[in-house]
Amino acid sequence: MKTVDIIIIGGGVVGCMIARALSRFALHVLLIEKEDDIGTGATSANSAIVHAGYDPVTGTLKAKMNVAGNAMWDSLSGELGFEFERRGDYVVAVGKEELALLDGLQTQGQNNGVPGMHFISADEMRLREPNLSPHVSGALWAPTGGICDPFMLTVAAAENAVHNGVSLLTGTRFEDFIFDQRRIVGVKTNRGDFACRWVVNAAGLYADEVMHKAGVRPEFKICPRRGEYSVLDRAEIQINNVLFPVPSEKGKGILVTTTVHGNTIVGPNSQWVDDKEDRSVTGDGMAEIWSGAQKLIPSLTSRFSIAVFAGLRACGNAPCQTPGVKHNHDFVIEIPAEVQGLVNLGGIESPGLTSAPAIARRVVDLLQDAGEKLAVKRGWDPIREPRPHFRRLPREEQIKLIKADPRYGRVICRCEMVTEGEIIAEIHAPIPALTYDAIKRRTWLGTGRCLGSFDMPRVVDLIAHELGVPPEAVSKKGPGSEFLVRKTKEWEVPA
Amino acid sequence: MPDQTKILCVTCPKGCTLQVTHAGKTVIEVKPGCKRGHQYAARELVDPRRMVATTVRAMNAVHPLLPVYTSAPFPKARIQELRAALRALEVPAPVKMGQVVLANLLDTGIDIIASRDLAQVD
Amino acid sequence: MTRKDKYDVVVIGAGPGGLAAAIAAKQNGAEDVLLIERDQELGGILQQCIHNGFGLEIFGQDLPGPSYAQRFIDDTLACGVEPLLDTMVLDITSQRRIFATGRHSGFVDIRARAIVLAMGCRERTRAQIRIPGTRPAGVYTAGTAQRWVNVEGYMPGSRFVVLGSGDIGMIMARRLTLEGAKVERVVEVMPFLTGLTRNYVQCLMDYDIPLHLSHTVKRVIGNQRVEAVETVRVDEKWAPIPGSEEIIPCDTLLLSVGLIPENELSKKAGVLIDGLTGGPFVDDTFETNVPGIFAAGNVVHVYDLVDWVSEAGRQAGISAAKFATRIRRRETGLVPLRVGDNVRYVVPHQVNRESLAEAPVRLQLRVKTPIESPVWVEVRNRDHLVLRKGELYARPGEIITVEIPIKAYDQVQLADELTLAVVKR
Repeated sequence: MKTVDIIIIGGGVVGCMIARALSRFALHVLLIEKEDDIGTGATSANSAIVHAGYDPVTGTLKAKMNVAGNAMWDSLSGELGFEFERRGDYVVAVGKEELALLDGLQTQGQNNGVPGMHFISADEMRLREPNLSPHVSGALWAPTGGICDPFMLTVAAAENAVHNGVSLLTGTRFEDFIFDQRRIVGVKTNRGDFACRWVVNAAGLYADEVMHKAGVRPEFKICPRRGEYSVLDRAEIQINNVLFPVPSEKGKGILVTTTVHGNTIVGPNSQWVDDKEDRSVTGDGMAEIWSGAQKLIPSLTSRFSIAVFAGLRACGNAPCQTPGVKHNHDFVIEIPAEVQGLVNLGGIESPGLTSAPAIARRVVDLLQDAGEKLAVKRGWDPIREPRPHFRRLPREEQIKLIKADPRYGRVICRCEMVTEGEIIAEIHAPIPALTYDAIKRRTWLGTGRCLGSFDMPRVVDLIAHELGVPPEAVSKKGPGSEFLVRKTKEWEVPA
Repeated sequence: MPDQTKILCVTCPKGCTLQVTHAGKTVIEVKPGCKRGHQYAARELVDPRRMVATTVRAMNAVHPLLPVYTSAPFPKARIQELRAALRALEVPAPVKMGQVVLANLLDTGIDIIASRDLAQVD
Repeated sequence: MTRKDKYDVVVIGAGPGGLAAAIAAKQNGAEDVLLIERDQELGGILQQCIHNGFGLEIFGQDLPGPSYAQRFIDDTLACGVEPLLDTMVLDITSQRRIFATGRHSGFVDIRARAIVLAMGCRERTRAQIRIPGTRPAGVYTAGTAQRWVNVEGYMPGSRFVVLGSGDIGMIMARRLTLEGAKVERVVEVMPFLTGLTRNYVQCLMDYDIPLHLSHTVKRVIGNQRVEAVETVRVDEKWAPIPGSEEIIPCDTLLLSVGLIPENELSKKAGVLIDGLTGGPFVDDTFETNVPGIFAAGNVVHVYDLVDWVSEAGRQAGISAAKFATRIRRRETGLVPLRVGDNVRYVVPHQVNRESLAEAPVRLQLRVKTPIESPVWVEVRNRDHLVLRKGELYARPGEIITVEIPIKAYDQVQLADELTLAVVKR
């Protein structure tokens, strides 16, 4: 049985940020992820917003982590080489009644420690966002809000962790703990057993099932709450800003936001589902999203949609630990007393992405408080170099890149201008992209107006060639999702 | 009593619905339609035929498949036999457009013809 | 061939529109024609359209797509068009500068005196028609499936449902069946067939593939791979009729739901696009609003017969060549002299526009047939008379001299060519 110091269960943004934070220390860390790629859960199905932090109830762990995390993004994006734009976000009031609610939001923000919020008049708001509804009555601006590429930053964090010695195993599913009396001494997985001193539960939707295996918080339950989104064609519409509606008890509401890729996203709605694997998009859900989006930008139409997706929020039922604060779905970030060797996270839904760096730092603090000797590793390298995106480079850089490697001269995805060089770089990256969707998440290929109809055969061919497998083995998202069933001529002559 | 059969004409994009009055396989009248349509209807009753286009495997070629087609409309009832016959075929590159890849398929007098040039690879 | 920095005509796209345009441009005065194609061979979409039905109008024959393409490909290479394969155009400017990139061509930065846009169209996708459900492997547009089956040599599924009764969907239904797959159904939201009746007979009826009109796909089922689709009947407003749902087990949903002209490049050059057709506004010479940029084929609007695409390409190629020639002449500063009525030859063959700034230019000509009576020797810029000189007679044995005076400088500056004629007075 292999022995490590710390095992992290879950390769989403939280697990990968924790791995990266722990990689700084002289520890052997192993991150296990049940899917065949990291970040395939809520990490790659959200609004990609780094929240300012006025929305969570004051005194909750959500609020603390949100605001602390928000402040860390500039240095993090610089170190890890991912896209992050701190361009502020707006809560837009429609009609007089909603305008009054902005006051409470600003107060809550100030109480949470969110800097710089102030009101914008409806007229000024319309200058900042020309297509805004004429019924908009005003807005609250939070300058510390931002947008990012959540998937790529997860890859960046994981790559930096691996670069600094963290082991990563995909396709590896946690099954049970190995106990020595009340102490966790290892985990059982579908790929064998591992011995360790600490386990970090970052299992997202399945965090409840993991902690129950340790007998921790039997009353804690994750109920998936689905949010559906639509991505709009960049060529049809460009939104300048991140626009929230005034929130309701259901949550932040259906927003209209720009993204670092330049596409506009609308969504999410909010619906309880039973199945933790149900990420289907529904006709009713779509209708709800467009109706919500049109409240802010009336000219938005489903004609602009080029992609739809759904994410599942890992909504927990843990009450907030701060006395006097009423909130029943707070983050769980603790070292529980009932067992030894567990750092337990649960219910990390929005603002989970924003909070991830702060959650990672808190996990480090918890381990230190628990007596773990964290000696800084010599030669720890915080920097991860980003890989070039052909489309984003200025002309001279594109020419240089092609001269250095002619494969960057072959465009595979026409709509998003993704080249063979980039695709091959991701297939052979420190955390290799081995499926079509894995490459799509990293390069943005296949997300444009033709939705992959041009690039698909070429990408399948490339993956087959690079991995030395037959094209029939290339899949969209892992075993069972292969594109091709057989060669055209491989059929039996009927008797 | 003569029979009445409806036949959809395929000889041109108009796609007329032809009302064919016939006694057994002998055509009495066809309404409406042009000369080609009437010829088609008569043929369709007696010996329906189709142009068949498909691919065959190619050897040492820039593509794994060579597109081919029948030199004349082929008996519809024997298309499954055509499939089986072509399934066994493997044509070596280089190929020239118009090249007869299989002559007199199944004794019908119809050839299978290469639709394009196909270059050789090493 | 080493690549030049500037071409008379650059054609973008080597499908039926582009091939015809390139040939026509080369045969109608363009000195050099570059044909840029993103695929590894010429022919465009025709290479995967292996079925018959092409060339009935132009060649009087019922050809498969690749054969139709081959004819044009052979002519293209024979007449000296320069192909640039495996190269994607990234950007064009309204000044007709083209940026492209290719694995073997590297980074391409060239200028064109005229451009013909022939990028064809793309297929409408699932998101654009908003099919809810999961996003498993196995939802493909018909064209992508066609590429796999006919060119790459792979089947993308074994049990299919086709959405859309357009020609591409029906043709693929037959194609897949011929290669051993099962096509369960073709589903069409309209109450009528949207493709040709002949394809309904030859592709669906012949192979017992059911067609359900006034039906659509309500959702896709399956996590990793398509496991089934749910179809539903719709009313005349396309609203689903509750209770008419049916789940059809399958592993592939093929979408044949329309084509959209592909004009992202056109827009980059400032070409105005008609929202109705999806393609550029063009005049009868197929010129867009940007001078020197022409467009032909499915990039302008979706055609029904490829023969007309080639015809449009041909027209656009001729127009592009004419435009390029005019531009080139102005650049070189040389005005060619042409023989008109009764002139056998004239020397010099060209006049430098700037020469007249200094001194008159002397031309010498011989007539073809004698005229034994007074004649006019005329120099014209198209219909416009530049100068006329009287002679008492004209005989082939005697050289006639004409002088273009300095005062004709302005006229010669604007001329594309000058024609000399000798006519009876």
